[in-house]
Amino acid sequence: MYAVNFLILGALLFALGVFGVIARRNAVMVLMSIELILNAVNVNLIAFALMNDSAEGHVFALYVIAVAAAEVGVGLAMVLMIYRNRRSIALDELSALKG
Amino acid sequence: MSMLAATLSSGWFLENAWLIPLIPAIGFVLIILFGKRMPQGGSEVGLVSMAASLAIAIGATVQWIQRVNSASAEGEHALGGFFGFARAIVPTATEEGGHSAAFVEPVVRTWTWWQSGGLEFGVGQHIDGLAIMLLLLVTFISLLVQIYSTEYVSGDRRFTHFFAALTLFSAGMLVMVLAENMIQLILGWEIMGLCSFMLIGHWWEETANSKAALKAFFTVRVGDVGLLVGTAVIFFGANDWAVERGSNGFSIRAISAWALSGEASNSVLFWGGVALFIAAIGKSGQFPLHTWLPDAMAGPTPVSSLLHSSTMVVAGVFLVARVYPVFFVGFDILDTAVNLITIIGGITIIAAAALAFVQDDIKKVLAYSTVSQLGYMMLGLGVGAWLPAVFHIFTHAFFKCALFLAAGSVSHSGSHHSFDMKKDMGGLARKMPVTATTWMISTAALCGIPFFSGFFSKDEIIDNASHNGYQFFYWVGLIGAAMTAAYMTRATYLTFFGKARGAAAGEHHDDHADDHADDHGADHGHDAHGHDDHHDAHAGPHESPWRITAPLVILATLAIFSGYLNAPAVGTHYFTDWVEPVGVAVEADALHSAGDEGHALGLAAVTAEEGGYSEGCGFSDPAEGTVCYAPKLSHAVFSWSKAAPSILLVAFGISISAWLSMGVFGDRRNPLKGLTSRSGIARRGHAFLVNKYYLDHLYEGVIVRAVAYPMAKAAYWINQNILDGIVNGVGRSGRSTGEWVYRNLDQRVVDGAVNASGFIASETGHALQPVQSGKVNQYGALLFGAATVGAIVLILVNI
Repeated sequence: MYAVNFLILGALLFALGVFGVIARRNAVMVLMSIELILNAVNVNLIAFALMNDSAEGHVFALYVIAVAAAEVGVGLAMVLMIYRNRRSIALDELSALKG
Repeated sequence: MSMLAATLSSGWFLENAWLIPLIPAIGFVLIILFGKRMPQGGSEVGLVSMAASLAIAIGATVQWIQRVNSASAEGEHALGGFFGFARAIVPTATEEGGHSAAFVEPVVRTWTWWQSGGLEFGVGQHIDGLAIMLLLLVTFISLLVQIYSTEYVSGDRRFTHFFAALTLFSAGMLVMVLAENMIQLILGWEIMGLCSFMLIGHWWEETANSKAALKAFFTVRVGDVGLLVGTAVIFFGANDWAVERGSNGFSIRAISAWALSGEASNSVLFWGGVALFIAAIGKSGQFPLHTWLPDAMAGPTPVSSLLHSSTMVVAGVFLVARVYPVFFVGFDILDTAVNLITIIGGITIIAAAALAFVQDDIKKVLAYSTVSQLGYMMLGLGVGAWLPAVFHIFTHAFFKCALFLAAGSVSHSGSHHSFDMKKDMGGLARKMPVTATTWMISTAALCGIPFFSGFFSKDEIIDNASHNGYQFFYWVGLIGAAMTAAYMTRATYLTFFGKARGAAAGEHHDDHADDHADDHGADHGHDAHGHDDHHDAHAGPHESPWRITAPLVILATLAIFSGYLNAPAVGTHYFTDWVEPVGVAVEADALHSAGDEGHALGLAAVTAEEGGYSEGCGFSDPAEGTVCYAPKLSHAVFSWSKAAPSILLVAFGISISAWLSMGVFGDRRNPLKGLTSRSGIARRGHAFLVNKYYLDHLYEGVIVRAVAYPMAKAAYWINQNILDGIVNGVGRSGRSTGEWVYRNLDQRVVDGAVNASGFIASETGHALQPVQSGKVNQYGALLFGAATVGAIVLILVNI
């Protein structure tokens, strides 16, 4: 069943994204990692659509792409603002919420 | 039988007569809310609402007459066409109880008002001849009085409130007149009680006025207890019987039918009747409770004329007339030579007429005259002369209203707001011709001079008293008539003839302080309604403006002609045909029409029987399956020879009184030195009368003192010792309990729990603090870690 390969690809992409989110200091890199996670999900959705012989997964994937675009827009705007205020986008310096 | 299928004519106005009280009620709300901002201060709303009600009432009257005609046409068709024609022209056709008219189904509609404990309280309308007559009367008189008031109280500081109360008052009376059941009747009755309080005390800045208002309210309230008790007694007596027939014990139709069914317990009817009659005594100013009525003259004159001539005081008479079968059976009217109603009515006629002789205040003369005339109405009901009594309500309303308005006109334009006949009047006939003429016509009607309306109604009551075997009360009625003629002649002479005195002669006395401060509350009214200045421009008496004279002229015209609706002397009996309920047994399911939204039912079998008092409704029980709504009463046949004694006595009363008045008051050397200052016996009688038989002393000095003062003392002692003790004890124990609770429960248990939970929360927070590092990466790691754990758990669970 070759669809399993797509699922493995999705899992790898997801793991890569998670690693990026956790390990990267640069906010832009973290955002890109999040995109990777989202695309891992997309791959999964399409794999399942293939397995179940239905088009709904494709539709969901399209939705996810659209939402991801919006999310990146917001995320980049935030990064830009942070950069303007602090002249840095290193996430480990942004710990104002420390309890 | 073809008659069974026949339907009575009805119409929009009859079906929707419930609008008649609703319109002024809405008018009241509008006046109260927006009146002050209106150009005419809200009076226009009152006038328009009364005019609208009058229009509907006229429509309903016309349709009611058509209904009666359609019923008698049906009935007479069955009896032979010729008979109907004969009845119309030969008055003797109604002789000996043989009222051959067919039963006319009242127009009844009911809606549920509220329900409680399985009982349904309805509101609705019960339109029969009596209701129609009073609807027309009340709306008509209310409209005229409102027109009159726009002039009389113009510039008053509470002008808007005056019109609001006046409008609500009319609405209350109309609600009562329409009442389908006793609860609705009580509602209207109490609205009137409240409004009369507000209107009598309209110029409450004067202590005398507010006292009079309180007196009226509380005296009537004594009677109201009787109304509640009577309604309850009748309800418990009639309810089972009525429910079996698809109605309930509050419905006026059911009560009437029950009382005449022969199944009602006589003692229940008697005590229920006594209680209801006490209510009528209070409201209609009958003998022991009449004291509030003359004091109520403290209100503005339009109020006196509306409340105390045609509406409020008639309510008691209306109550008796409305549930007449209860009294008829309960008091054994026609079977006994004397009963409670005739006693009270008879005493009232004589006692009030005697009091009217010693009054100096023109309005108080009229007030006692009203009391006396109400006595006639009660007497009429008591002797079984239902129709003449109701007819007397009708005619009395016109001429008494005219008399009050004429008195108001005299004080408004003739005597500088004084009502004192001896001080400020006299010789006004030439100065105020319209007022004097209308007064004279109305006086003639009141005295019962032939061919004026009062003659036809009052004489019928007196005649029927003898016809029905109440010989003693026949003489009471005759003597009352002579006394009425005499005191009215005295008042007329003092007001309009002789030499002008005081304000009537153009003198100004702005300081009224020396005026009978106690017993003449009314003439102080002008201080409060502040248009004294208005009159300083006019020197001396003059005729009133048209808004005052127009109602006077209309009413005086009616005072002449209203009697011809039922004048046996000229052979008319329209009023009898239209108003009197026909005392025949009808099929029992007519009772169900209470829930039938007022559709006219088929005419039930008419078992009209000719004959005396042994047969028919009220004398023998109705046959199985049929009910009676009214006793079958007969009418005395009019003849001039029977009327002669009363005419002669009236003439005698007038001439004696005129002779005395001219001799005594017109004395050139010492005018106004009355009979009482010349003869010792007369002086003692005078003192007795001036003190109103010492009834006020009895009520205030003895009863109120005996009841209220010890009660107040006892209440004070209980208050100080028992109540305060209890309160203090409760307070002290409450305090110590509180302290104990504070020490033990509050400080230890509650605070302990609160502190402990705070401590735990705080420690947990400290323990978890490091997790909140503020580093996004760490949060992400935790998130994904948690998701991983969740995923593992999910897999484990599913395997």
